[in-house]
Amino acid sequence: MAKHHIEATVNGDPVEFLCETEDTLLDVLRDQLGLTGTKEGCATGDCGACSVTVDGRLVCSCLMLGVEARGKSIGTIEGVARGEELHPLQRKFLDHAALQCGVCTPGFLVAAKALLERSPDPTETEVRYWLAGNLCRCTGYDKIVRAVLDAAAEMRGA
Amino acid sequence: MQEKVKNGAGAEFKWVGTRAVRPDGVDKVTGRARFGADLAMQGQLVGRVLRSPHPHARIRSIDVSAAAKLPGVKAIVTRDDFKDQPSEFIPAGEMMINYRDVVRSVMAREKALYEGHPVAAVAATSVGIAKEALKLIKVDYQVLPHVIDVVEAMQSGAPLLHEDMITAGVEPAPKAPSNVAKRIEFGHGDIAAGFAQADVVVERSFTTKPVHQGYIEPHACVASVSEDGQAELWVTTQGHWIVRAHCARLLGWDVGKIRVTASEIGGGFGGKTVVYLEPIALALSKKARRPVKMVMTREEVFRASGPTSGAHVRIRIGVRKDGRIVAAEGELKYQAGAFAGSPVQPGAMCAFAPYDIENVKVVGYDVVTNRPKVAAYRAPGGPISEFAVESVVDEIAKKIGLDPIELRLKNAARQGTKAAYGPKFGPVGLVETLEAAKAHAHWRTPLGKNQGRGVASGFWFNIGGETSVSLQLNEDGTLSLTAGTPDIGGSRAALCMMAAEELGVELDKVRVVIGDTGQLGYNFLTGGSRATFSSGMATVEAAREVIKEACKRAAKLWELPEDAVEYKDGGVRPAGPNAGKHSPMTLRDIAGIAGKTGGPIAGYARINAHGAAPSFATHVADVEVDPETGKVAVVRYTAIQDAGRAIHPSYVEGQYQGGVAQGIGWALNEEYIYGDDGKLQNPGFLDYRVPVASDLPMIDTVIVEVPNPRHPYGVRGVGETPIVPPMAAIANALADATGVRFTDLPMSPPKVLKALDEARTRGAAKI
Repeated sequence: MAKHHIEATVNGDPVEFLCETEDTLLDVLRDQLGLTGTKEGCATGDCGACSVTVDGRLVCSCLMLGVEARGKSIGTIEGVARGEELHPLQRKFLDHAALQCGVCTPGFLVAAKALLERSPDPTETEVRYWLAGNLCRCTGYDKIVRAVLDAAAEMRGA
Repeated sequence: MQEKVKNGAGAEFKWVGTRAVRPDGVDKVTGRARFGADLAMQGQLVGRVLRSPHPHARIRSIDVSAAAKLPGVKAIVTRDDFKDQPSEFIPAGEMMINYRDVVRSVMAREKALYEGHPVAAVAATSVGIAKEALKLIKVDYQVLPHVIDVVEAMQSGAPLLHEDMITAGVEPAPKAPSNVAKRIEFGHGDIAAGFAQADVVVERSFTTKPVHQGYIEPHACVASVSEDGQAELWVTTQGHWIVRAHCARLLGWDVGKIRVTASEIGGGFGGKTVVYLEPIALALSKKARRPVKMVMTREEVFRASGPTSGAHVRIRIGVRKDGRIVAAEGELKYQAGAFAGSPVQPGAMCAFAPYDIENVKVVGYDVVTNRPKVAAYRAPGGPISEFAVESVVDEIAKKIGLDPIELRLKNAARQGTKAAYGPKFGPVGLVETLEAAKAHAHWRTPLGKNQGRGVASGFWFNIGGETSVSLQLNEDGTLSLTAGTPDIGGSRAALCMMAAEELGVELDKVRVVIGDTGQLGYNFLTGGSRATFSSGMATVEAAREVIKEACKRAAKLWELPEDAVEYKDGGVRPAGPNAGKHSPMTLRDIAGIAGKTGGPIAGYARINAHGAAPSFATHVADVEVDPETGKVAVVRYTAIQDAGRAIHPSYVEGQYQGGVAQGIGWALNEEYIYGDDGKLQNPGFLDYRVPVASDLPMIDTVIVEVPNPRHPYGVRGVGETPIVPPMAAIANALADATGVRFTDLPMSPPKVLKALDEARTRGAAKI
């Protein structure tokens, strides 16, 4: 069967790609579009390493098909910084040493950004529950939670 | 944020001890960093592995003819593509390697020994074709009875994994084969006489389940082999020189023909110290004459890599009323998985390491079972034996009415203590961690309803080993540092800081990369908490070589003897009677004259790093138990550990916090669950549940600094010790909260509830 021709928007840019019916959005991002910042940790929606936004909503890109991206606006880790300027979350992750191996970091940043867009002044508990879908095996989450709370404070101008 | 911290020795440094931004940080927060699965080579094929569906089966035949005919299939490998290896134990860092087992672990030969054991592999033009090809491979299995449990595997009449396995370390050697690969024994003194002096003796048996390292990045590699046998391998690994050695041996190729590049590594914890896919990918690429990329699924990671041993441990400790431990005895049975080589030896060696005990004996058994071969997991073997010992120590303290920290202080290993495993300790920081625990606000914080508090100590050896580092002075005075220990937790930051400190230059003038196997001499892997210690020691040596050469060049220019030039504050100047005769030159100035004074300037350290020193920790945990469901939540946690000296305190704290989180998972949730059919029932993160953010509290840390005198900056390895104390700290807290002693991990809600109900019936439960 012929591949599907899909047009979508990724990080604000128009893209088009061909994919098989069974290809996930994660496969498309990594293998077709060369956006390897989004990681595959499980392919079952349990680890959050593949977190992206679709029309502003946080999703696991391993659980969505590439064909479902038609006409949608996708946001990935590669679109989080603005030019040379890092997003406050990215800076705070560096300042707080909120990463060790760093493979879960793109997913955490995309998820945390989605949180702060909805809830600019989250409690620690809110941050922990929002990020419960993102696994980190290195940090014990302590420094990640602190970085997110600190970024939120800075973004609020607090 | 560059907050300076005071170091234990009272020394002030410009960079060491600061919280600088790590050099690989921006790449990792922007998605630019390239991990194992992030590389694609032009024309690459997809490699996939066919795995045994049976936990134990003889492989009568493998027919690949139908698969080979499928269009798009470019290569197939089976056991016939790997030469058999003789049985001999070869030292490999802190472990011994038997290539007869390694070749069988990579690809099953006579038998499949666990569900998931590789049986064949294909390389094809697409994932779909590769999967289709696997279905067309016909394997004729003779299914055999299997054994999963370690105690059952030791019984006579248990199904035998290796019909020729005669237990080593037993005199006279047994005549009959068994699943017990080895018996070991450590100790000193007179056990019987020791226990005769005891006023109180506590003996308990414990069980722990196999747990997986749980790195978020699955195993992945890309191999490319050319027609003349030159091979390139890109791989996520803790040690690319080790990967090169194993692959060369298994494939019969020259070491020098294989160039291995370590990708960024998405977690390892010991699990990426062995080869799985790599020799297969190289063999497929050679046959197909195209690059081959292989990536494990998460299910494959669980079924066929790692984990660490499950175990059965019996501990007996005798103590006098005054709190002095007079005798201790342990029996450790560790399952190794399908091939010999559980971490029972280090487990036995560190079981009683935190204590100064006159009479001590530990016996250990290494037992094979129909499970994946265990791999190192953070302080391999230690968390299991020390969980048991620290639980019994807590019980003893309660029985004689002594505070558990005081009991530990009375018996703590100090400088000069003869460890149960032989050597005398140099300067160690256990007492300091215990004092810090006692002084910490946590120790005095009031407990709430259904809460309890536990304390436990822990130990790990740490290692050094073969290490190469190069440091080039570039023509503009900047420096390029190349190290060979893959950076998992921020070690590149620490290496840059030590180089900048030695050279007296700004931190951003030193750029560091992890070199490939063609760029440096041999490097043992990142493991044994050795990366910052060993590569740091080599970095300092390389920096001192650059300094020496800089002085030499200035001496040449100034026509002075070499010892009349000194290096200070990032530059050279005439010293002694010649002071002031010439203007000082910066390192940048020296770089500018390098060409005309003798050529490029570089330091190259090739060392076997000696003097690694152990790190002790003491942890305090508060738990809250839900009396209705048996769910245990860790509500407060403090990890205190001796770092020798923290080069980058944030990443030292990160090691403490990460080890605690893994330990909490091991204590409360994580376990491999097998059915009666010998198949793993929870090979995914949904059912093998590692701690998530909402499961954990903030994890407080205290860095104690008792410098290691044998490292230029006092560094001790810090990565492994933090996973040792949590299981006992939590079990002790749970005993405090409930009045019930838990001896079986994980302490999951059904088990806790059952034990509480039983204790309530007896009137023995506190809640």
